[in-house]
Amino acid sequence: MTSVTYHDVQFLEPAKTRNYLNVDYGALSWLLTKDHKRIGILYMVSISVMFILGGFFALMMRLELLTPEGDLLTSDTYNKFFTLHGIIMIFFFLIPSIPAVLGNFILPIQLGAKDLAFPRINLLSWYLYMIGAFTGLLVVIIGGVDTGWTFYTPFSTQYSNTHVIGTTFGAFIVGFSSILTGLNFIVTIHRMRAPGLTWYRLPLFVWAMYATSLVQLLATPILAITLVMLMIERFIHVGIFDPALGGDPLLFQHMFWFYSHPAVYIMILPAMGVASEVVAAFTRKKIFGYTFVAYSSLAIAFLGFLVWAHHMFVAGISVYSAMIFSFLSYFVAVPSAIKVFNWTATLYKGSVSWQTPMLYILGFIGLFTMGGVTGLFLAALGLDVHVTDTYFVVAHFHYIMVGGAVMGYFAGLHYWWPKITGRMYPEWWARLGALLVFVGFNLTFFPQFILGYLGMPRRYHAYAPEFQVLNVMSTAGASILAVGYMLPLVYLLWSLRFGRKAGTNPWGAVGLEWTTSSPPPKDNFHETPVVTWEAYDYPAMLKAMGETQNV
Amino acid sequence: MADIHEAPHDVTPLPTYFFVFIALAAGTLLTWYASTINLGWANTPIALFIATTKAVLVILFFMHVIHSTRLTWVVIIASFVWLGMLFVLTFADYLTRFWAID
Repeated sequence: MTSVTYHDVQFLEPAKTRNYLNVDYGALSWLLTKDHKRIGILYMVSISVMFILGGFFALMMRLELLTPEGDLLTSDTYNKFFTLHGIIMIFFFLIPSIPAVLGNFILPIQLGAKDLAFPRINLLSWYLYMIGAFTGLLVVIIGGVDTGWTFYTPFSTQYSNTHVIGTTFGAFIVGFSSILTGLNFIVTIHRMRAPGLTWYRLPLFVWAMYATSLVQLLATPILAITLVMLMIERFIHVGIFDPALGGDPLLFQHMFWFYSHPAVYIMILPAMGVASEVVAAFTRKKIFGYTFVAYSSLAIAFLGFLVWAHHMFVAGISVYSAMIFSFLSYFVAVPSAIKVFNWTATLYKGSVSWQTPMLYILGFIGLFTMGGVTGLFLAALGLDVHVTDTYFVVAHFHYIMVGGAVMGYFAGLHYWWPKITGRMYPEWWARLGALLVFVGFNLTFFPQFILGYLGMPRRYHAYAPEFQVLNVMSTAGASILAVGYMLPLVYLLWSLRFGRKAGTNPWGAVGLEWTTSSPPPKDNFHETPVVTWEAYDYPAMLKAMGETQNV
Repeated sequence: MADIHEAPHDVTPLPTYFFVFIALAAGTLLTWYASTINLGWANTPIALFIATTKAVLVILFFMHVIHSTRLTWVVIIASFVWLGMLFVLTFADYLTRFWAID
């Protein structure tokens, strides 16, 4: 008997056996698949198309804002472009990004399961996503919508002459896709963990996905109800939100933000899960304060439901409730800060290596922190009045959603790419891409903090000439950012054919996903794994791997 | 990890469903009858009380929750707690708009 050490395992060729990619062929084998890995790939392709489309609208907006005059787009077209950018990026890209792509692919493998609990429902969720996305695309083709992604009433129900119903219907359908994904994850995490994989041995990505799923399950139905009420009022003029019909427009805002603020956590919590995986893997350390990081995900999911009206401080809500929501908004910063401090403490005296996923996550930690701290500015009642509806808000939420969620998605995509495809991406190009994204992002959005503080309002296609220098900087940054985002599209596709074979565990990371071949077999594992080690326990894990690899 | 086969079977006898159905129908009639009497401010709370009772019957018997696991109970109670959060914090706005600031 020859003992294969952990070091050898890293560089083993992928198993010559069939894997999920070559187990069967043809379009139908993908369109009717119940394999969570293939469904993850289907989502990846779909949301990438949406990301490019949403990015196109963003670039057109930035080009318009290169000069103070509204000379490239008419005001109506500009209104449609920022609306479509927001709707596509939030509903069709960010919300499904990490959960539906990386969660679908990795979560069951991290649990040691063969698949999700409900494989057919998983496929149904992708079809619902596609129906919603095609509805959204149809709206783009037939003329667009101009309400902003927030669909505020009474404009959306009474005055807008664009395709409000089609857009809200698309978002309504996609919501069900999100609910089904969340439901599937919760049941899978409860019922399908491998023997020995107790709750406190779970990877923190699983904890993060669990917290995300709770939010998806509890918040999304409220959005569905709200959008149905909006459609009813627009269609048959039942007075729900329109004061002229006896309704209350603030009721719409209350209900919309009851979903849409927690939706921010649907985007950021999974990225936090990726951050925990990547920080541990590239520092060769256990995550500092595992239980605190795990429970802070649940705390964020819970507290995220109690703060929604900080989007409405100037909308006419009572001063008393504004004070309550301001106070509660500060609380969300506590569990978020716990995570940031614990990741930083993990870095301390760690054996840090600078591969691309780690670069993205280091960027994530810095940018998310800036987004979080400026969020506290906005939670402060007095300051919020000054900067509401200015570019300060735009900069703040892009630091969270792009600097946080998108950076987390790209980190996870690079981290698990060798597992998903069995191929390594070109490291030098990937590092360049990460650098371009970081530099481009900051150049795009940091000037917007200053613009907002100086009083430049959002959602206008023309502006006062004194704002031009900062706007030119922002547009230049957006161009760099676009190059940074296009690079991965090129080299990841290149790596599918020309990338170096990845082997089972190219990062030398812990976790069940790194014990199966790359790409994984159809059922993920040839035998059900038994977990005998704690989460991120590198010494114990490596010892166990050495012992079980006797051949 | 709990075995999936441990989930208890539904043991509700058929007559129970009929009794629940009759109770729901009676609740509907009671709601109508209560609406015909002018009880001032009490009309709405009474209607809501009857509706809530009917909803509880549906959840417990028609949705089989009365025989479900504790985890199912946690899920259902949590859902109502979340709905309560929506209502309480929204009404924190609506009910205090008249509070003047001098």
